[in-house]
Amino acid sequence: MTIQHKMIEARPAPRSTVGPIAWLRANLFSGPVNTVFTLIGIYLLYLLLTPTIQWAFINADWIGTSRDDCSREGACWVFVSARFTQFIYGLYPRSELWRVDVTFITFAALIAWLAIPRLPFKRWVALATLVAFPIFAYFMLYGGHFGLPQVPTHRWGGLMLTLVLAVVGMVGALPIGILLALGRRSQMPIVKSFCVVFIEFWRGVPLITVLFMASVMLPLFMPTGVSVDRLIRAFIGITLFQSAYMAEVIRGGLQAIPRGQEEAAAALGMSYWMRMGLIVLPQALKMMIPGIVNTFISLFKDTTLVMIIGLFDLLGIVQAALSDSRWLGFSLEGYVFAAFMFWVFCFSMSRYSQYLERKLHTGHKR
Amino acid sequence: MSVRPKAHSLGPKPPFWRDRAKRALIFQALLIAAVVVFLLYIIGNTQDNLAARGITTGFGFLTNTAGFGIVQSLIDYSSQSTYGRTFVVGLLNTLLVSALGIIAATIIGFTVGIARLSPNWLIARLASGYIEIFRNIPLLLQIFFWYFAVLRAMPSARDSYSLGEVIFLNVRGLYVPEPLFESGFGLIPLAFGVAIVASIALTIWNKRRHEATGQRLPAGWISLGLIVGLPLLVLFVTGVPVTWDVPELRGFNFRGGITIIPEFLALWLALSIYTASFIAEIVRSGIQAIPHGQTEAAQALSLPQNLVLRLVVVPQALRVIIPPLTSQYLNLIKNSSLATAIGYPDLVSVFAGTTLNQTGQAIEVIAMTMAVYLTISLLVSMFMNWFNARVALVER
Repeated sequence: MTIQHKMIEARPAPRSTVGPIAWLRANLFSGPVNTVFTLIGIYLLYLLLTPTIQWAFINADWIGTSRDDCSREGACWVFVSARFTQFIYGLYPRSELWRVDVTFITFAALIAWLAIPRLPFKRWVALATLVAFPIFAYFMLYGGHFGLPQVPTHRWGGLMLTLVLAVVGMVGALPIGILLALGRRSQMPIVKSFCVVFIEFWRGVPLITVLFMASVMLPLFMPTGVSVDRLIRAFIGITLFQSAYMAEVIRGGLQAIPRGQEEAAAALGMSYWMRMGLIVLPQALKMMIPGIVNTFISLFKDTTLVMIIGLFDLLGIVQAALSDSRWLGFSLEGYVFAAFMFWVFCFSMSRYSQYLERKLHTGHKR
Repeated sequence: MSVRPKAHSLGPKPPFWRDRAKRALIFQALLIAAVVVFLLYIIGNTQDNLAARGITTGFGFLTNTAGFGIVQSLIDYSSQSTYGRTFVVGLLNTLLVSALGIIAATIIGFTVGIARLSPNWLIARLASGYIEIFRNIPLLLQIFFWYFAVLRAMPSARDSYSLGEVIFLNVRGLYVPEPLFESGFGLIPLAFGVAIVASIALTIWNKRRHEATGQRLPAGWISLGLIVGLPLLVLFVTGVPVTWDVPELRGFNFRGGITIIPEFLALWLALSIYTASFIAEIVRSGIQAIPHGQTEAAQALSLPQNLVLRLVVVPQALRVIIPPLTSQYLNLIKNSSLATAIGYPDLVSVFAGTTLNQTGQAIEVIAMTMAVYLTISLLVSMFMNWFNARVALVER
C-alpha cells in the first residue's frame, strides 16, 4: 500500500462547463429552439444597429455652423451644436448664463452630497436643499435683487426650464403629499374623505387637462385684474397633480411602519405631531425614497407637457427649432438629441433608485 | 424622583382642547369652513370675471353649431353638427385609440416581459434593452418621433410603400382594404356566437368530468378549433359572401378601402410601445414573485408542464400582476390625451381644445372633460377590482 504524501494538483474544471464556448453553449445554443431564437436575435440586432451606427456616427457631420455643412448622408449634428445653447438655456440672456450655471452646479453638489451614502451631515444638507436652495435659486434665476438684472420667465426655456419645473413640482408636492397621506389615514371622517376625494380626483384626470385648467381657469379664479405668470400656473397645476401621486407613495410607506412604533411613542406621552414627525415619518420617508425617486422620474418626463400650454421646455424648444425655416428637415436629429438627454437623466435616476432599493432592503431583512 | 401631578384620572375634567373627540370635531369644522370660504371666494371671483368678459355660463352651447370639421369620426359628423356631437366624436376617438392601445400594449408587454426571463442570454438582453430605452423617454417625445420623424417623412401617395399592392403606406396614412359584406354574411357572426357558447359549455363539462373522474380533454384546443373553425366553415359553405374594397391610386390620392390617419397611427404606436415597457416589468416581477418551490412541487405531482403553468404559476402571478396592470391601463387611457399635440381628434383635442377656444366656455368644457376621464378611471378600476377579487379567490 502506498501513501500519497504530496497534494494532488487541482485539475481544471471540465472544458465543457467553463470558458467562453461553454458559456455560449449554455446561454445561447442550449437547444434547437434556443439556437433559433439566438439567430433571430442576432439578425434583429444587425437590422437595427448597422443603419443606426452608420447614420449616427459613420456618415454623420459634426463640424460646421449652418445647414450647408451637412452632407445629408447621415445625421447632421451641426444642427444640435448650432442650437445647443438654446436647447439648454432657452432664451435666457446670453450674458447671464453664468447664473443658471451657478444655480445648477450648486444643486448638483447638494444632490450629490445627499446621494452618496458616506458623506456626513445629511440632515442639514437636506434642510438646505429643501429650504435655503429654492430661495437662492429664485434670486439667482429670476433676479431683480442684489444687482442682478431681472430675467422674465418667458425667456426661460430648454433643459433649464425642464429641471426647474421638475424640481419645483417635487419640492412643492412633497409637503402637500405628506399632509394628504396623513389625512388619508386619519380617524377623523371628514378630513379623511376630503383627502381621499382630493387624491382620487387628481389621480383620475390626465395631467394635460390639469394644465389646461391651470392655464385657462386659474385666471378666472383670481380677483379681477390680478394676473398670474404662466410659469406659476404650470407650477400650481403640476404641484397639485404630483402631490396626489406623492401622497399615495407616502401612504405606502406609512403602512409599512409597524403599528407598535406609534403605540410605543404614544405610551411615552408624545403628541400626534411629535409621533409623526419624530418616529413614523422619518422611517416611512426613508423606506419610500425609491418610490419618491420613481415619482420624480415620471414628473421629469411629464414636464414635456407644458409645451402644450406654450412654455418651451427641452422638448418644446427642440420642436420650435425644427420649424425654423433655416433648419427644416432635421427632426430626427432634434428628437434623438432630446431623447438622449431625457434618457440619460431618467436612466441614471432609475438606476440610483434600484441601488437604493437593494441597499435599504438589506437594512430591513431579518 | 420628582413628583409628577396625576394625569387626568379623577381630577377636574380636562379643558375641551385637550379632549380628543372635541378637538377632532373643532378641527373638522374648521376644515369645512376653510374649504367653503375658499370655494365661495373662487366662485365669486369667477362670476366677476365671467361678467366682465360677457360670458354666460351653462351648457346651452352644446346645441350650437360647431362649424369645424374633424378628420376622423366614428359616427356621422359634419361642420354643421353641434358642439354636443363634437364631444361624442372626441370621446369615441379617445376610446378607440385607448382600446386598441391597451390590446397592443398587453401583447407586446407580455411578450417582452416573458422574453426578459428567457434562459437565452441574448433574448433577455434585447428585452431589457427595449424596456430601458422606451421607459426612460417621455411619451410626448415618442409621439412626436413617430409622427414628425417617421410618418410625416413618408413618400407621397404616388410613391407609397405597398404590401402586395393591397395595403399602402404614405404621408397621408395607411390604406387597407375594406370588407364589404353581402347578404348571407349574418350567418358568420351567428356561427361565431354558437362556437363561443359551445366552448363555454365544453369547458364547464370538462371541469366537472375532471373533478369526477380525473380525466380531462384538451378543452382549450378544442374551443380554439371551434371558435376559429366554425365561422370559417360557414364562410366557405355560404360561398364567401365578402368582397374587398381595395384602395386604388386615382389622381393624387387613394380611393376606396379604409384610411387610417397618420395621427392615429403615431399615437397608437407610441402609446402601445411606451406602456408595453412598463407592462413588461410588471409581468416579469409577477412571474418572479412565484417561489420556485411551487413549480417544483407541481412537477413532483407529475403535472405536465402546460398544466403547471396554467394551474399553478399563472393564476398566482396574475394576482401580483393585475393591480399594477390596472394602473397602466388607466395611464394609457389618460395619456391618450397627448393626442392634442399632434392633432389626433380625441376628446381633449376637439373639445378642450377647439370647442373651448371657439366658445370660451372654459369651466363647462374642462369640467366635462375631467368628468369623462374620472368616470373612465373609476369604471376601469372597479372592473379590475372585481376581476382581481375573482382571481384572488383561486387562492382559497
